Amino acid sequence: MKCRGFRYCRVLTVEEAVESFVSCEGEARFLAGGQSLLPALNLRLSAPDLLIDISRVEGLRGITLEGSDLRIGALTRHVEVLHSPLVAEYAPLLARAARFVAHPAIRNLGTFGGSLALADPASEFPACVLALNAQIEIAGLSGRRRVAADDYFLGLYETALEPGEILTAVYIPAGRTWQRVCFDELSRRRGDYALAGLAAQATFRDGGEVLTALRLVFCALGSKPMRAQAAEAALLNTKVDAVAIEAAQHALSQDLSPDEAEDLSSAARLHLARVLLGRVAHALREGAC
Amino acid sequence: MLTTALLVTVMVNGESVQRFVEPRLSLADFLRRDLGLTGTHLGCEMGACGACLVSLNGSAVHSCLMLAVQADGLSVDTIEGLAESGFISDLQTAFHERNAMQCGFCTSGMLIAARECLAHGGVPSREEIRDALSGNYCRCTGYQSIVDAIETVAIARAEKEVGGPV
Repeated sequence: MKCRGFRYCRVLTVEEAVESFVSCEGEARFLAGGQSLLPALNLRLSAPDLLIDISRVEGLRGITLEGSDLRIGALTRHVEVLHSPLVAEYAPLLARAARFVAHPAIRNLGTFGGSLALADPASEFPACVLALNAQIEIAGLSGRRRVAADDYFLGLYETALEPGEILTAVYIPAGRTWQRVCFDELSRRRGDYALAGLAAQATFRDGGEVLTALRLVFCALGSKPMRAQAAEAALLNTKVDAVAIEAAQHALSQDLSPDEAEDLSSAARLHLARVLLGRVAHALREGAC
Repeated sequence: MLTTALLVTVMVNGESVQRFVEPRLSLADFLRRDLGLTGTHLGCEMGACGACLVSLNGSAVHSCLMLAVQADGLSVDTIEGLAESGFISDLQTAFHERNAMQCGFCTSGMLIAARECLAHGGVPSREEIRDALSGNYCRCTGYQSIVDAIETVAIARAEKEVGGPV
């Protein structure tokens, strides 16, 4: 289908973008990479009065090391995350997850910040950002603020962003305290929306045998990225052997209770999450991610 | 709702083009309707089928998921431009010889995805080629012959590279 008509303006600063948003009398939407917004417009799921094109705003693009943080500007493309040497060194989880994000042509235009601002529960990057304990930088009328990823994702497509606010950057602790990372996903076909996805970071001691720290975050299994703390607890201070993995898979029902989906029962979705957890835990133990 | 048309300047196949466009006009419709470049095909209009791929500043993108106004000041190469330039003539020949097309609807998008897949040199595995084509639907061939054609070109280009310039 073709999208409904709208007005369009291109802005070059964050301030201009926020100003355009608040002075719009109808519904305004920010346009960055457009790889989720344009389909929504074409399907007429969304029909705003004004599109504010922020894709050329200065200073919102690029990946840099700032002090002890890796900063990823909101307009950084998925393909840049995939190939960045800085990401590979300081946040390898993102590089691994980027391969699962849609198809190459979508990754060429879609933006990192756009994915987090939309907060599609099936998306890979929101789960990673939560696993990475990142800080989200948000700009609005009253200046800039930072929100911890733990407090950013609120519900289905719902985030700490207020109307008119723009996600400007993500700051990821780059201390390299995590020894092993893994991202894996189950989908019907390569590049399709995930049926289940799991972002994991782990640290081991005693010659890399005993798991001492772990963050597990699932995507596509709830209304937002879901931290699996009961499963984490079942794996902590173990050698991640078959018994511990089974206990964690069992504990997963305390962390996740996916609704019945169009074509998958709640039990089937939980089963997929358990299968994925088994694979990821095994990969973390073997250091083979 | 009709909205004011905006003036855009886009470099299309190496030629600067200026037109007034409605904001809601997709880049795909701009190329097809306003410029008559109908080699770019429109299938799903939601970024799933890959028939509308064009090259934007050298990267493959869906022209259905981009507005013409967003392309202002940028450079777009369509299948017409790429074919004329000769840059993908080996891919075109390989598709022809291996019968990697039947109805041809997906072919322009396939060629643009294939070009990007091979742009970094080397010989990708068949798995990597399939990965690169994951966003392109073909309802005729079953993909096997398309993967064959791209693999053939990758190997031929690599051999040429090793042999050095003639």
